[in-house]
Amino acid sequence: MIEFRNVSLTYPNGHQGLKNINLSINDGEFVVIVGLSGAGKSTLIRSINQMVKPTAGELLIGGENTLKYSDRKLRQFRRNIGMIFQNYNLVKRSSVLRNVLAGRLGHTGTLRSILSLFSQADVRLALESLERVGIADKAYQRADQLSGGQQQRVSIARALTQQPKLILADEPVASLDPPTSHAVMKDLKRINQEDNITMIVNLHAIDLSMQYADRIIGLRNGEVVFDGPAASVSEKTFEDIYGRPIKEDDLVGDVSNG
Amino acid sequence: MDKQKRIPIIPLKQKLFTVGVLVVVLSLYAAASIFTGSSPARFMNGIPEMFNFIINDLIPPNWSYYERVFPALLETWNIALLSTSLAVVFSLPISFLAAGNINKKLWLYHPVRFALNVLRTIPDMILAVMFVAIVGLGALAGVYALFFFSLGILIKLISETVEAIDPGPLEAIRATGGNILQIIWFGALPQILPQYVSYSLYVLEINVRASLVLGFVGAGGIGLILKQQMSLFNYGNIAMIIFITFIGVTIIDTLSTSLRKRLV
Amino acid sequence: MKPSLDIRTIKNPKRMKYWWTFVGITIFMTLLYYVAFTQTNLSTRNSIWDAGPLLKRFFWDPFFMPEIHDKIPTYIHAMLETVAIAYAGTLIGAVLAIPVGFLAAANIGGHFSFIGKGILNAVRAFPEILFAIIFVASVGMGPYAGVLAIGINSIGMLGKLYAEVIESIDMEIIHTLKATGASKIQIWVFGVIPQVIPEFCSYALYRYEIDVRSSTVLGIVGAGGVGAPLILAANSRKWEEVGMMLVVIILTVTIIDLISTNIRKRIV
Ligand SMILES: Nc1ncnc2c1ncn2[C@@H]1O[C@H](COP(=O)(O)OP(=O)(O)OP(=O)(O)O)[C@@H](O)[C@H]1O
Ligand SMILES: [Mg+2]
Repeated sequence: MIEFRNVSLTYPNGHQGLKNINLSINDGEFVVIVGLSGAGKSTLIRSINQMVKPTAGELLIGGENTLKYSDRKLRQFRRNIGMIFQNYNLVKRSSVLRNVLAGRLGHTGTLRSILSLFSQADVRLALESLERVGIADKAYQRADQLSGGQQQRVSIARALTQQPKLILADEPVASLDPPTSHAVMKDLKRINQEDNITMIVNLHAIDLSMQYADRIIGLRNGEVVFDGPAASVSEKTFEDIYGRPIKEDDLVGDVSNG
Repeated sequence: MDKQKRIPIIPLKQKLFTVGVLVVVLSLYAAASIFTGSSPARFMNGIPEMFNFIINDLIPPNWSYYERVFPALLETWNIALLSTSLAVVFSLPISFLAAGNINKKLWLYHPVRFALNVLRTIPDMILAVMFVAIVGLGALAGVYALFFFSLGILIKLISETVEAIDPGPLEAIRATGGNILQIIWFGALPQILPQYVSYSLYVLEINVRASLVLGFVGAGGIGLILKQQMSLFNYGNIAMIIFITFIGVTIIDTLSTSLRKRLV
Repeated sequence: MKPSLDIRTIKNPKRMKYWWTFVGITIFMTLLYYVAFTQTNLSTRNSIWDAGPLLKRFFWDPFFMPEIHDKIPTYIHAMLETVAIAYAGTLIGAVLAIPVGFLAAANIGGHFSFIGKGILNAVRAFPEILFAIIFVASVGMGPYAGVLAIGINSIGMLGKLYAEVIESIDMEIIHTLKATGASKIQIWVFGVIPQVIPEFCSYALYRYEIDVRSSTVLGIVGAGGVGAPLILAANSRKWEEVGMMLVVIILTVTIIDLISTNIRKRIV
């Protein structure tokens, strides 16, 4: 369970990214965070694994306040959290397999990893992760030779290889076309259901949010303005969260054969 | 505004500025050319004089002198190779310290940058003089000198490359729990590898040229025999040295340049 | 999705190619280093770790020796000569590089651009120090030989950079000017020159920074400037004198770099 207790985050330039957030997210939940651009979605998601560190409050995971962790403890903590980015963040010139193996770095000693001495079990795990997202045959290709959707799958495989308890995804489909977006969301949903991995996903598109989420959290100006099961959400809810009428741009379009 | 006045095409201020700059540049030139005894007319005379000298004195070279030239040129090459290799090894870690996007510790970043800036103002020959004084005459002084000389260049080039890399992969690896060495090795290194190799070759080319003079101050290589033959006015031998050196340098440059073209 | 592929069957297809490249490079480099370590005498009189006292003689003692203080004006004079050699050389090289650069630029030189490119490549292929030696031998020792060597050598690099600038100019403007009925000279004055002047100046300044360093070095082969007294003092092991000269050189080079970089930033 992840618990935010009065979490606030002020950026060094004085901008307040999060304002007194109180939330608790249960294990195995598929949570989608929505809000306008600049609402603080990325800030919220990135504060969970402390890519940006909250400046006040407590962030409890498994009952421990993770904000008190030392650097070393923080790295051990991060290796249990997978992260997926809008721009995939792959090392383009490296092979797909090497990118996926990066998910084992937290479990591999520095010297061993620099010499590329990953254990056979790790390599097998990496290949299995690739297979789960359907691109095991691309293992030895260079990452930049893959299409956008394939690259995003590589980054999902990288997260899976961490064998995480939680996956954070910051706008994972914002750079993809509608059919591919659905395919990637389906992958995430399947992983969530099969492995019982908690998913916290930022999304722009309201139709995707309603289709895949168990629970939707709405942010505006760094504050939680909505929190409820996806089933209870209608377009009206989004209009309340966004503070404006829904536009064409807020939808991906319903392509369910991706 | 006075409508009678001519409308200027170029604003007066800019005109004055341009004229001012020209006057300064040209008077400095006048001073420099008087100081060095090289008026433009004399400069132009120098070129035919050079050709005369080449035709009358340098040609023909003393072909048999190659016996002395080859070993000396080989030593020059070895100095360049060893110093470049050392610089290539040492520059990599220091480049990351000198890159603002990797080294966020300002108390470490600024001193490193400062030391590098100082290092790069020192001409290569000055380093050679210093190392000859420190370790004594011989090729090793040259290796040290060119090592420090090329270290400055290489670190500047590589750290600029590092500063331009895509931060995304670094962030992704940080998020998996990787430590700073793993972030650099897996996230940054693959991104800079082609430039790293290419700059290393480029520095090798620079070092080959720089190592030609080292011998003049006793730091090994072909400069030593060049200095001897010059003080003896032995033009046949000098011509041979120039000839073989030119060929050697051209071969190395050509190979290195074609390799570099394939890399980036 | 069910496993569709047995992961044990996945093999790296380029494995052999990588392996052979690796082996090839390793053998080649081993050979080079073998030659380097066996053919070059790398023994020394002193260890690098004994540098302390010497560095003190270089950079500390001279500041407390009145006889060295008396020589500072001489050193500054010699350094000014170096600076002047670089200035005269760079300026004349920068001017001469303009016609060669235009000739070498594909969009101006046309079919003849290969002549310009050939001249520039030949000049750049020839190490500067060899130019200096030839000039010292043909016109005699002194700053004049230095100016010649620096000037000729600068043409090589500047001409190449100029040609690149010229090749990137906006030909639209020139066509437009032609269409308004401008004469050839007018096209040059209004269409071409204004586009290239800032870059030309910036590159010339950059080259000047390089040439100040080179002309320090060229003095060592007899081409004038501070190099000659430097080598004289070094040969007679007067390290305090050498040290003071080094200080003068480093300070001058730094000041010139700072000024030049600042001007360059404003130009472009
Ligand atoms: N490093 C930073 N320094 C200062 N302010 C920041 C920083 N990062 C984000 N912000 C500010 O914090 C606010 C929230 O940013 P955040 O990136 O979390 O928004 P978001 O909801 O993810 O938006 P988007 O949909 O555009 O990604 C914005 O106003 C942003 O300008
Ligand atoms: Mg965001």
